[in-house]
Amino acid sequence: MSETAANPRRIPDRLSGRGMAALQSWESLLVVVAIAVFVANTLASPYFLDPYSLSDATYNFTERAMIGFAMALLIISGEIDLSVASIIALASTAMGAAAAAGFGIPVLVVVALVVGLVCGAFNGFLVTRLGLPSIVVTIGTLSLFRGIAFIVLGDQAYTSYPSGFSWFGMGYVFWVVTFELVLFVVFAVIYGIVLHKTNFGRQVTVIGNNPTAALFSGIRVARVKFILFLLTGVMSGIAAVCLTARLGSTRPSIALGWELEVVTMVVLGGVNILGGSGTIPGVVLGAMIMGMVTFGLGLLNVPGTVMSIFTGILLIAVIALPIVWRRVRTRMRT
Amino acid sequence: MLHDSSIAASVPAIALSGVSKSFPGVKALNAVALTLHAGEVTALVGENGAGKSTLVKILTGIHQPDAGEITVRGEPMRFATPQAAAEAGVTAIHQETVLFDELSVAENVFLGHAPRTRFGFVDWATMERRARDLLKGIGASIDPRLPLKDLGIANQHLVAVARALSTDAQVVIMDEPTAALSQKEIEELYTLVETLKENGKAILFISHKFDEIFRIADRYTVFRDGEMVAEGRIAETDSNALVRLMVGRAVDTIFPERETKAGEPVLTVSGYSHPTEFADIGFELRRGEILGFYGLVGAGRSEFMQALFGITKPSKGAIRIDSEVAVIRSPAEAIEKGIVYVPEERGRQGAVGPLPIFQNITLPSLTRTSRRGFLRLAEEFALARQYGERLDLRAASLDQPVGNLSGGNQQKVVIAKWLATQPKIIILDEPTKGVDIGSKAAVHAFMSELVEQGLSIIMVSSEIPEIMGMSDRVIVMREGRIAATYEREAITAEKLVRAAAAIGEAA
Repeated sequence: MSETAANPRRIPDRLSGRGMAALQSWESLLVVVAIAVFVANTLASPYFLDPYSLSDATYNFTERAMIGFAMALLIISGEIDLSVASIIALASTAMGAAAAAGFGIPVLVVVALVVGLVCGAFNGFLVTRLGLPSIVVTIGTLSLFRGIAFIVLGDQAYTSYPSGFSWFGMGYVFWVVTFELVLFVVFAVIYGIVLHKTNFGRQVTVIGNNPTAALFSGIRVARVKFILFLLTGVMSGIAAVCLTARLGSTRPSIALGWELEVVTMVVLGGVNILGGSGTIPGVVLGAMIMGMVTFGLGLLNVPGTVMSIFTGILLIAVIALPIVWRRVRTRMRT
Repeated sequence: MLHDSSIAASVPAIALSGVSKSFPGVKALNAVALTLHAGEVTALVGENGAGKSTLVKILTGIHQPDAGEITVRGEPMRFATPQAAAEAGVTAIHQETVLFDELSVAENVFLGHAPRTRFGFVDWATMERRARDLLKGIGASIDPRLPLKDLGIANQHLVAVARALSTDAQVVIMDEPTAALSQKEIEELYTLVETLKENGKAILFISHKFDEIFRIADRYTVFRDGEMVAEGRIAETDSNALVRLMVGRAVDTIFPERETKAGEPVLTVSGYSHPTEFADIGFELRRGEILGFYGLVGAGRSEFMQALFGITKPSKGAIRIDSEVAVIRSPAEAIEKGIVYVPEERGRQGAVGPLPIFQNITLPSLTRTSRRGFLRLAEEFALARQYGERLDLRAASLDQPVGNLSGGNQQKVVIAKWLATQPKIIILDEPTKGVDIGSKAAVHAFMSELVEQGLSIIMVSSEIPEIMGMSDRVIVMREGRIAATYEREAITAEKLVRAAAAIGEAA
C-alpha cells in the first residue's frame, strides 16, 4: 500500500474530448428538429420568412419560455410547479385592479412581481416546510389562484391600462427585435449561467439526483427548493406583465392551460421529468421548436382546439421517448 | 416429541449440504451444511456478516445457491422462486415482518391461497372463520377483519405465524423475531414456538440473544465468515463455548500497526438523547484517536451519529468541540465545525451515482473551489485529483459517473469527498461494509494515516476484527445506551459480544 501511496496513479480529468458527447446529445437532435420545422414552415407559408412575421412568431414562446427557465431548474431539482398559469391570472388581475385604481406603470409591474413572489413563497412553504408533494400542492394552488381571479372578475374584464403599458408586450427595442425577445435572451443567459456555472446550479442538480445524499453533504435542500419556487413565481409575474401588456386586457381565463405548455417545452428541451438532469440551451431550443410549430399550425389555420391536442400528444411523446429509448437500448445490450 | 414421529426424526425436515453463494467481491457462504428436524428448534448463531441472512434467503428462494444441495424430507429440491420455497413448506418470519399494512388480518393470513367460493370469488366468510381459528390456535384473540396496521408488532408476528400455519409449512424460519418485542411479548413468542414444535414443525431460530437461545433451542449451528464451524445439542454446550465458536478465528486481515498518541479532547458529548433511538450518550473523543462503536444492528449507533451530524435533532444533550459549547442543527453546520459523516448507506446517503467523480468529491467543498458562487472546474479537478489519488482511487477518469465504480472505489470517493473539507472529526459508519478485501486494507491504512496527522475518527463497525484491529477505545452500545467502554489493551472479542448482547460473565 505504501508504494502505491508514494507513487500514485494519475487519473485523467476526462477521457476524450467533449466533441463526440456533444454531437450525440439531445440538444443536437433538437437543433436538427428546429431546422426541419423552420424549413417546413417556410415551405408551408410564403408569409413565414417575412421579418415582421418571424418577429410575431416569437410571441408563441417568449412568455412561456421565461417561466420555462425557472421551471427547468425546479424540475431538475425533482419538484414541479403546475400553478404558473394561475399565478399569471392572479398577477394580471391584481395589475388590472391597480390600473383601475389609477396607479402608474411602475406600480403595475411591482404589483405583478409581488403577486408572483407571494404565490411562489406559498407553494414553496407548503412543499419545503410542510413536506407535501409539489405536484399535489401546485394542482391545488392552480385551482386556488385562478379561483381568486374568477371571484374578483366574474365575467368582467379589466381593459383600461395606461397608455405606454403595451410596450412591454409589443414594443420593439430595435428593428423587429421586440422587448420580449430581448427579455427572453437575457433570461436564457442568466439561467444558463446559474444552472451551469454556479454552485447553486450544481446544488440543484445534486438535489434532483439524490436529495438524501445532498442533505448528507451539507446542502440546505429545503432552502434551495424554496428559492426555486420563489423564482418560478416571480418569472410567472414577469410573464404576466408581458402577456397583459400584449393583450391589453385581463380576463380570468388568461393564459389558461399554459402550465402544460411550459412543462412540455421544458421536457422537450431534454430536462428529465424525474429530475436530475437538463440544460438551458435545451430549453431554449425546446421553446423555439414549440413556438414555431404552433405558429406554423396557426399559419395553416389549424384551430386552437387541435393545437391543445397537439400539445398533449407532444408532452406524452417527449416524456415517453427517452424512457422507451433507454429500455430498447438495455434490451439490445443484453 | 421425537417418539411419536420416528420417521421425521431420522429424515430431516430440510437439509442443506455444500451450499455456497458468492456476491461480487465477497464469498457469503462457503460449502455450508444445515439440518433441521421436525419438532425441534435449531438456533443459528454467528456475527453480523457470518452468512445467516444469505442462508435465509436461499432457504426462502430469494437467492439461488452457486453450489450445493437442498433436500426436503429426503427429496432433493430446487427453490427457484420464493413461491417454490413456500410450496415446499418453508416459511419465514422476518425481523420486520413482510406483511401488508393496508390489508386485513385474514387477507394477510391467506394471501395467495385464499379460500374460494364455487364461483371463484374469495370466500370471505370462510377465510375470516379459518383465520380466527388459526389465531385462536396460537392463543391470539385478534379480530381477523382489522387492518394489519392497527396491530402492534407482537400481534403482527402472531399473524405471520398464523400465515405460516395456514400454508401447512413444515419449516419455519424466525429471523431475530424478538428484536422489536417487549419482554412480555417475548414470553408469548416462546409459548408460540412451543406450539409450533408440538405441531411437528422444524424451526430455525436466528438470534443474537443467548438467553433466548438457551431458553428455547434444542440444537445449535454456528456460522463464521460464511462457513459452518460447529453444530450440536444446546444441552451439551454453554454460552462461553458458543461465543468462542462465533468469534474464535485467526484474525487473518492485517491491520496497520500504529502507536496511540491520543491528545486533548476534541469532542465532548454529554447526555445526548433521542425520544426513541438512543439515550444519555456521553463520551470524550481525543485528538489523534480512533474511537470504535460496536453493537448489534439496531443498537442506535447510526441514529446517534446522524444526530451528531445534525440530520436528526436530539431531544437533550450538549456537545463541546475543542472545549467550546457547540450546537449543530444541520449537516451544513456540522461541516462548518469540522465534523463529517461517512454514512453506512453509501448508495442512498453517500454518493450521487449519476454525477461524475469530481463533482461528488467537491460537493461539500464548493465554497472553496468556487469564486463568488461561480464554479471553477480547474480547481474542482485539482481538488478531486488530490484526494482521489491520496486514497488510491481506481477510475478511468474523474469525469466518470460514481455509479459505475466498484463498491470499494465508491467508498473511496465518499471518503475523499469528506477529507477534502479538511475536517477535525470524521465519523465512519461501517466504512468497509460491502467493500472488497483490497479496498478494505486501503481504507484501514488510510484511517491510521489520518489519525497520525491529528484527525480524530469515530468508527461505527459491526465487524469485530475491524473494531479490534483499528480502535484505540471501544464503546459498546446496546438498545440505545452505552453498555460498556474498553481501552485498547482490554478489548477482547468475547467482552464485545457479551456487552452487545447482555450476556453475563458467568452464563
